[in-house]
Amino acid sequence: MIKYLRLQWKTAKKGGIFNMDLLKFFTAGSVDDGKSTLIGRLLYDSESILADQLEALQQSNRKNDDGTIDLAILTDGLKAEREQGITIDVAYKYFQTDKRKFIIADTPGHIQYTRNMVTGASNSDLAIILVDARNGVVEQTVRHSFIVSLLELKHVVVCINKMDMVDFSEDAFNKIHKSYSEIALKLKLKEVTYIPVSALKGDNIVNRSQNMSWYAGKSLLDHLETTEVNEDVKSVQARMPVQWVIRPQTDELHDYRGYAGRVLSGSFRVNDKITVLPSGIRSEISKIETNMQEQDEVHSGTSVTLHLKDNIDIGRGDILVNSTHEPIVSQSIEADLCWMDTKPLDTSIMYLLQHNSKVTKCKIRDILHKVNINTLEKIETDTFQLNDIGRIVIRTAEPLAFDLYQVNKLNGGAILIDPRTNLTVGALMFRASAE
Amino acid sequence: MNKQDTTYLDQLEAEAIFILREVAGQFEKPALLFSGGKDSITLVRLAEKAFRPGKFPFPLVHIDTGHNFPETISFRDDMIARIGEKLIIGHVQDSIDQGKVIEQTGKNASRNALQTVTLLDTIAEGKFDACIGGARRDEEKARAKERIFSVRDEFGQWDPKRQRPELWNIYNGKIHKGENVRVFPISNWTELDVWNYIRRENIELPSIYFAHERDVITRNGQLMAAADCLNMDSDDQIERRNVRFRTVGDMTCTAAVESDADQIDDIIEEIKMSKISERGARMDDKVSEAAMEDRKKGGYF
Repeated sequence: MIKYLRLQWKTAKKGGIFNMDLLKFFTAGSVDDGKSTLIGRLLYDSESILADQLEALQQSNRKNDDGTIDLAILTDGLKAEREQGITIDVAYKYFQTDKRKFIIADTPGHIQYTRNMVTGASNSDLAIILVDARNGVVEQTVRHSFIVSLLELKHVVVCINKMDMVDFSEDAFNKIHKSYSEIALKLKLKEVTYIPVSALKGDNIVNRSQNMSWYAGKSLLDHLETTEVNEDVKSVQARMPVQWVIRPQTDELHDYRGYAGRVLSGSFRVNDKITVLPSGIRSEISKIETNMQEQDEVHSGTSVTLHLKDNIDIGRGDILVNSTHEPIVSQSIEADLCWMDTKPLDTSIMYLLQHNSKVTKCKIRDILHKVNINTLEKIETDTFQLNDIGRIVIRTAEPLAFDLYQVNKLNGGAILIDPRTNLTVGALMFRASAE
Repeated sequence: MNKQDTTYLDQLEAEAIFILREVAGQFEKPALLFSGGKDSITLVRLAEKAFRPGKFPFPLVHIDTGHNFPETISFRDDMIARIGEKLIIGHVQDSIDQGKVIEQTGKNASRNALQTVTLLDTIAEGKFDACIGGARRDEEKARAKERIFSVRDEFGQWDPKRQRPELWNIYNGKIHKGENVRVFPISNWTELDVWNYIRRENIELPSIYFAHERDVITRNGQLMAAADCLNMDSDDQIERRNVRFRTVGDMTCTAAVESDADQIDDIIEEIKMSKISERGARMDDKVSEAAMEDRKKGGYF
């Protein structure tokens, strides 16, 4: 371990880290699967715990049966949770190695917190699904995997944990591997990696386990460091929602009018033909700026300021797209909905829909079905309760310019806001135009 | 620059600029809470990148305990002159004079807790509906669960169970009258990320971040800058030491560390090798493990 850390410091020295990229992942599993212990182990073994935190850890009364420190304490934060001994929200944790910076969305596995898992998954590139080696694939494994497929996470790691409790048996691993493969097939999960681990003992977390010579794959950390997670949205699908218009209106910069936003997907180049949606007005890019420096082109993820050749009335809520590959423009949309409020969905009222920088009123026109997320059966229903997931048809007051979620996540997802409480009550994933 | 070449600092920067522009687009009267510390100085740089050549769509707000390091105050005033933006100062002394808070007495007296009242008054007076702050999720366990847009009720309180889910890059800033939102654009940055960014961008910082010779006393096992506001008496041994400060807060509760790191590269090395997390150098968090959660509920940043 020490050797590993020295290497980490050495390579991280003086600018070396500037070449690192970022991986966001989330973990799904219940308290009993040892999820918090797994995250604690990653943080602990990658030396991401600082001395005073470690001190607090050592002073805590929570110990494992064999007297070692309970690493789960590192991830459960709030007083209320400590009293109840459960994790009630999404907690974000950070660590880095010499290869990558990591952001972990730690989400709880209890059924009542499906919404938090959806939230964590929406902000992740990769999902870790924990399975207890003693119990194998259980109902909640299906539930977690369903959410991963719903949110279109392309990379899944199934960590078969507590291998120490089954004598590091290859048979036990193979059996779970086989039964999970059936779920993966059913849910169309594309890239699934299986790793046998013991979060408690550290096997195959940072270092390859000495106890499972039959396993030829990478340790979990090695996999996280090396897996490629670039979004495969076609670079031609250039999209930039306008957040803000920069107009200094000074004598010197009298005609300056820059459209500020972040490129959601694709690339923009100077002279590209673009369309402003939903109005449909066309123009060309005259200038691109990032950090007040002119650029020839910009790519997805970059916060930019775009200038157009024509003087058009554009404001927040509009989206600039390349004219060769325009998104769908529609007021009726079929979408998957995850309901996130304790108050059930009310089809008689108007909700607000927020899609990137656009906010518009909307109504639920039709409920097609909801899904029993433990059995994946479709059920007829006339409402959605907290944590329900299903398919609806929504009608918006103003047209939306969107892509299908399965094609372009960031331009295919939206939230519902209850105008009575202002709470975020639903997550929408657009699946088709319903016009 | 290909997407593949984009480094994590570029990604964090782009995200922070995105969040700042969401604040501008979604709120009527935002403000940027400026402490004079490296995190809020980084926010100012990010705001320049988000809004130049335009003006910031918000003023800077500084809550001055009256016990700030003089270096911080002169840095603040120079910076404001350079960037040409508006600064609003809320004085804890005013809250004391108005009888809204009572000054603590004794050796461990600090105005740190009092500034919550001044902050809430300043927010109410300015009718600010969004306050941008430099808090990071890696600072403390309670903050790990903090949202990017964190809604506070009219008493400034934070309710961990009523936080809104934040999906993708969509931030819901809808609020009722009297409520306001605390916005944390650098939530996903770690202390080291901030320092690496400061180095990359050549951002100027108050001199107390760098090692210097200073008169210090030892209180509760920590080195404190010798100053009148610490209510020193004959038991306090003043020593001359080479120190620097890892955070810039009120002088009564910001401890120094012994250090020779007078260059940013040395500081980054020191942090990498360091065994004390940043908030460990603030005495008020030592009081109880749940200190931050309690203060957040009470309206602290």
